[in-house]
Amino acid sequence: MARYILLRVLGAIPTLLLVIVLAFLMVHAAPGGPFDAERVLPPDIEANIARAYHLDEPLPVQLWRYLAGLVQGDLGPSYRYRDHTVAELIGSAFPLSLKLGLLAMICAVTLGVAAGTAAALRHNSLGDRLLMGFAMTGISVPVFVVAPLFVLVFAIHLDWLPAGWSGNPGAGRLVLPVLALALPQVAYIARLTRASMLEVLASDFIRTARAQGLGTAAIVRYHALKPAMLPVLSYMGPAIAAILTGSVVVEEIFGIPGLGQFFVRGALNRDYTLVLGIVIFYAALVILLNLVVDVLYGVIDPRIRQR
Amino acid sequence: MNALPRTFAGLRASRTARVCVVLLALIVLAALVGPLVSPHDYQRADFDRILVPPGSGDAHVFGTDDLGRDLFVRTMLGTRITILVAVVASIVSLVIGVAYGALAGLAGGRVDALMMRFVDTLYALPFIFLVILLMVAFERNFLLIFVAIGAINWLDMARIVRGQTLSLKEREFVQAARLIGVSTPRILLRHIAPNLVGVVIVYLTLTIPQAILVESFLSFLGLGIQEPQTSLGALVDAGVNQMEGAAWMLLIPATLLAVILLCFNFLGDAMRDAVDVRGAR
Amino acid sequence: MSLLEVRDLSIRYGATDVVSGLDFDVAPGEAVGLVGASGSGKSQTALAIMGLLPRAASISGSVRLGPHELLGAPARVLDRVRPTRIAMVFQDPAQALNPYLRVGRQLVRILEQHRIARGASARQKVVEMLARVGLPDAPRQAAAWPHELSGGMRQRVMIASALLAGPELLVADEPTTALDVTVQAQILDLLESLRQDTALLLITHDLGIVAGRCERMLVLEAGRLVESGPVREVFSRPQAAGTEALLAATPAPGAAREAVAGPEVFRIEGAAVCYRPRRGPPLHAVRGVGLAVARGEIVAVVGESGAGKTSLGRAALGLVPLAAGRIVLAGSELAPLAADRSLAARRAVQLVFQDPAASLNPRLTVSDIVAEPLTVHEPGLKAAERGSRVEAALAATGLEAGFMTRYPHELSGGQAQRVAIARALILEPRVLICDEAVAALDGRARRRILGLFDTARAETGLAVIFITHDLGVAQEMAHRVLVMYLGRLAELGPAVAVLSQPLHPYTQALLAAVPRADPRDPGGRATITGEVPSPVATPAGCAFHPRCPRAEGRCAEERPAARGVAGSRVACHFAEEFLAGDAPA
Repeated sequence: MARYILLRVLGAIPTLLLVIVLAFLMVHAAPGGPFDAERVLPPDIEANIARAYHLDEPLPVQLWRYLAGLVQGDLGPSYRYRDHTVAELIGSAFPLSLKLGLLAMICAVTLGVAAGTAAALRHNSLGDRLLMGFAMTGISVPVFVVAPLFVLVFAIHLDWLPAGWSGNPGAGRLVLPVLALALPQVAYIARLTRASMLEVLASDFIRTARAQGLGTAAIVRYHALKPAMLPVLSYMGPAIAAILTGSVVVEEIFGIPGLGQFFVRGALNRDYTLVLGIVIFYAALVILLNLVVDVLYGVIDPRIRQR
Repeated sequence: MNALPRTFAGLRASRTARVCVVLLALIVLAALVGPLVSPHDYQRADFDRILVPPGSGDAHVFGTDDLGRDLFVRTMLGTRITILVAVVASIVSLVIGVAYGALAGLAGGRVDALMMRFVDTLYALPFIFLVILLMVAFERNFLLIFVAIGAINWLDMARIVRGQTLSLKEREFVQAARLIGVSTPRILLRHIAPNLVGVVIVYLTLTIPQAILVESFLSFLGLGIQEPQTSLGALVDAGVNQMEGAAWMLLIPATLLAVILLCFNFLGDAMRDAVDVRGAR
Repeated sequence: MSLLEVRDLSIRYGATDVVSGLDFDVAPGEAVGLVGASGSGKSQTALAIMGLLPRAASISGSVRLGPHELLGAPARVLDRVRPTRIAMVFQDPAQALNPYLRVGRQLVRILEQHRIARGASARQKVVEMLARVGLPDAPRQAAAWPHELSGGMRQRVMIASALLAGPELLVADEPTTALDVTVQAQILDLLESLRQDTALLLITHDLGIVAGRCERMLVLEAGRLVESGPVREVFSRPQAAGTEALLAATPAPGAAREAVAGPEVFRIEGAAVCYRPRRGPPLHAVRGVGLAVARGEIVAVVGESGAGKTSLGRAALGLVPLAAGRIVLAGSELAPLAADRSLAARRAVQLVFQDPAASLNPRLTVSDIVAEPLTVHEPGLKAAERGSRVEAALAATGLEAGFMTRYPHELSGGQAQRVAIARALILEPRVLICDEAVAALDGRARRRILGLFDTARAETGLAVIFITHDLGVAQEMAHRVLVMYLGRLAELGPAVAVLSQPLHPYTQALLAAVPRADPRDPGGRATITGEVPSPVATPAGCAFHPRCPRAEGRCAEERPAARGVAGSRVACHFAEEFLAGDAPA
C-alpha cells in the first residue's frame, strides 16, 4: 500500500511540472507584453518596468526564476493589483471558494448516490424514468444557464432567497450558488451510480447474497455499495475540475468575491501573473485531489493495491 | 454484433432518439434558413426599439436586445455558430483521437503504455483553465477556439478507440486472418476499421455536446466568440445582464442551448445503448 | 414425506417457455441429479426454486419446501428459509463470491443476518466451517480476498457458505463445471462427505457426475421432464430419446483408437514458450516439449489449466515466439513466427478456435469469410471459380449454399464452427490445430464437428493436433495422446496405451477423476489432492511431486527425463516399475 501511494505521488509530480511549464510558456509566448494595452510609455520607463518584472531576461531564466519562486510559495506580483502578490490574492479569495466547492461536492455526492441507488433499485419504474430524465436535463443544462435561471425564479420572481452576495449576510446567500454548482454533478453522479449499481446488482455475487437470504437493504449495504461506488470515485477527479470550472461562473453571476471571480477579472484584464498563478494553483489542487482519489480507489479495491 | 446497422436499428427503436433527431433537424434548419428570410439584420442596432418583448406584434418574433437588435436573427446566428464550432471541434477531436487511439492500440506493448500514460497525464489537467489562458494570451479567433476545444475532447475518443482496437486485435477473427496470411493493411481495412465505426460514431455524438458546452462557456465569460458575432453562450451572457427587466433575453437562448444539449446527449445515450460499448470511464 | 415438492412449474420469458409443467420431489437426505443439455431449463428450475429468477420471468405452479410455499413468497419469507433451510452453490466460484470483501467476512455476515451467531463466536464458527471444507490454515485464509484463492478453494468457500446455516436442501448448479477435472473430483467428494443428511439437488450437463453421485435422476429436455427414476435404471434402460442423446454425448468406458502408421508431416522439437510480463516474473508456459504427427493421424494434447497445451499450439502456429526448439513441416524447418513464414508454409498449418462466434468477423458474410484465404493464397482465381470453391468447402462441412449470404450472428454455435472449419480446410492444409474446438458445443453439434475432422483426416490425409481438456474427446478421436503437466510432457504414446495403461501417476489420476456415464463404474474419483500450482512458481524436481501419491524423496530433487518406455514417452522415475506392475510403496 505504501508503495502504491508513493508511486502515485511520484507520478503526479511530472504532471504538475508539465502544467506549470505549459502555462508559463503560453503566457510568455503571447504577442505583446502585459502592459501594451495601457497608454504608450516612454521606452526607458518600459524598460524599467520590464526589468522590475524580469521581463528582459531570457525565457529559460525567467522560467527558472518562476519555478524557484513557486517552491517557496511565491507566485510573483500581480500586474494589476499592484500592491498585492498573487499568492496573497489567492490566499484571501480561496477560502470562500473552497467553502462553496466543498458544500457543492457534499451535496452532489450525497444526493447523487442516494438518487442513483434508489433509481437502480426500482429499475424501469416510473420513478426511475422520471429521475433519469431529470438527471439527463441536469447534465445537459450548463451551470451558466442554471445559475441565472435560479436567480430569476427563486430570487427575482419568488423572492425566497437572496441573489447577491454583498449586503446579504447569513447562510441564505449560499443556497443558490451551491445548488447551481452542485446540480450538474448531482445529475451526473446519479446516472453513474444508477448504471454501476445496476451492473453490480446483476452480478453473480449479488445473486449469491440473495441466496443467502440477506435482503435488499443488507445486500446494498454490505455487498453492492462498495463496488458500485468505484465508478463514482473515479469520477471525482473530473467532478472536482467541473466544480472548479463552475465556480468561476457561479461566483461571477452571484458576485461572490472568490478565486473564480479573480480569475475571470484577471483573464479579462490580462493580468498574466494572476491568471498564471491561479491556473497553476487550480492544477495543483486538481492533481492533488486526483491523487487522493487514486489512493482511495486502492483502499476500496483489493486487487488494484497489489499491482 | 453488426455495430452500424444495430446502432441505427437501436435509434429507430427508441422514441426519445427519434424525437431528438427531429428536434435537432428543425433547429438546424431554422438556424440556416431563419436569418435569410428575416427582414432584420443581426448587427444593425435600432435605438428606437430597445428591449421590445417577444410577441408584441413588431415583427420581432423573439423581441429585441438592449441595443435594439432583432433577437430572432441573433439567436439563429448564435445557434449556427455554436453548432458549427461544436461540429468542427468534434471532428478535430475525432481525427486526433482516432489516429492516436488506433495507433496506440495497434502498436501495443511499450509504445501503447507510454502513449496512454501521456493521455492519463493530460486527463489530470484542468484543461479548461489552460484554454482560458490560451484565450487570454492570444488574439481570440475561430481557429484557436476549434483547436482548443478539439484538444480537450480527443482524450475520451483516443481511450475508447485504443481500447476497442486493442481488443479487436486480440479477437480471434483477427488472429485467424493473420494466420491465413492476410496482409496488415488489409486486416486493418477489412477486419478492424469496420468494427470501430459504430463506436466512433457514438462517441462523436457524445463529443458534440461537450464541445458546445466548452464553446458556450468561453463565450459566456467573454473569452470566446466576440461581438458583433455571437453564439448561444454569448447571448446567455447578454441575457444575464438584462434578466431583471428583459427575461426573454436570457430565457430564449438558454432554452435553445439546453434543448440542443439535451438532444445530443439523449441521442448519444441511445446510440451507446444500441452499440453497448463500455470503457469511457 | 418429501422435503421439496415441485408441482406444475412453468417459467416463461415473454412468449418463450423455458420450463413447462415440471413435477418432481426431493426426499430428505436424498441426492437427486437434474440433467439436461444447455438450454434445457435446468438452471432456470434451480433459480426458480431459490426465488432468484429475474423479474422478467413469469412463473407458475408451486414449489413447497416443508410447510413453506416458495413460489411468489414475499422476500421476508424467502429470506427466512434461505440459506437456513435451502442453500445454493453456484457454477463459477470466481464470480459468485464478492471480490471486495474478505471471504471470512462474507460468511460471518450470513450468521449475523440470520441471528445464528455474532462477533467472536460467529468468526469462530466460520473458521471451523472453512477448516471443514478443507481450507488449509483456515484462520489465516478467512482473512483472504477471493482473488487470492484458487478456483477449487473458492468453491470450497462457496460450499462452506451454503452449509453454514445447516440447510435441509442444497441446490448445486454445475458446481464443478468451471474447475479442472482432478479438482472436480475433490469438490464432489467434499460435497458428499459434508452434506450428511442434507438433501442435494445436483444440476449438471454431465451424466457421469450423476452416475457416480446421485440416487435418483431427472432428465430435462427443452423445458420438459422427459425421464425420471433411480440412476441405475435410467442408465440401463433409457426411455426417452433425449436421455439417449445425452448418454451418447458422454464418454463411456470404451476402447481407444488404434494407432495409424504414416509418414511424418509435422514435428515440434523441444519447444519452449516463455511469456515475460512487464511486471512480475517470467512465465514458462511450455518447457521442452516434442511431438510429431503423421499423415492422417489425430494427436490429442490433454492436460488441466496451466498445462501449456494452448501455448504449445500457438507456438506451432507461429503465433507466439519460441524460446527454444524448432518446428519442422515435412522435413523442412519453419520460421518460428508465422509472419516470417512463406505463404505456402502458412497455408499448410491452420487453426480452429474454441469459440466459433469470436473467430468470425461479425461484419463479413459467411462466403466472404470462407473466401478470404483464397483471395490471399490464390489471388488469380476468378470470382466464379472462387465462389464454387467456397460452396464446395461449405458443403463438405454440411452447410448448404443458402448459408453463404448469412452473417455470423445468424448462425448457431455448431454452424459457426463449421464455417470456421471450412475456412481452415479450403486451403487444404496438411496440419490442422484445434484448440478446444468442441468445448463450447453441445452433444449433437460436438459429435458432428468431431465427425468432420475424422472425415478430413481419412480422405485427405490431414494431420490433426487436438488440444482438449476433455479426456473423453481424446479417447474418442485420438490415435495418440500427449499428456502435459505444468508445461512439460508427462506422457506421450498411443491412445490405447496412455488411456488404458497409463505409466505416469498424473495420467492415472486424470483418468480416475473423469466421471463416466456408467453407474457401475462411475469414475470421478479423487486420487490426488491439491490443485495445479501457478506456472510462475513451479515446484522443483518433478513438477507433479507435491500432488503425487507415489512421490519419494528423489522426486523433489531430480526432474525425471522423458524417455521411451514400452512404445510411449514417460517423464516419471517409476514408469518402468509401473509397467512391470509393481508400484513403489
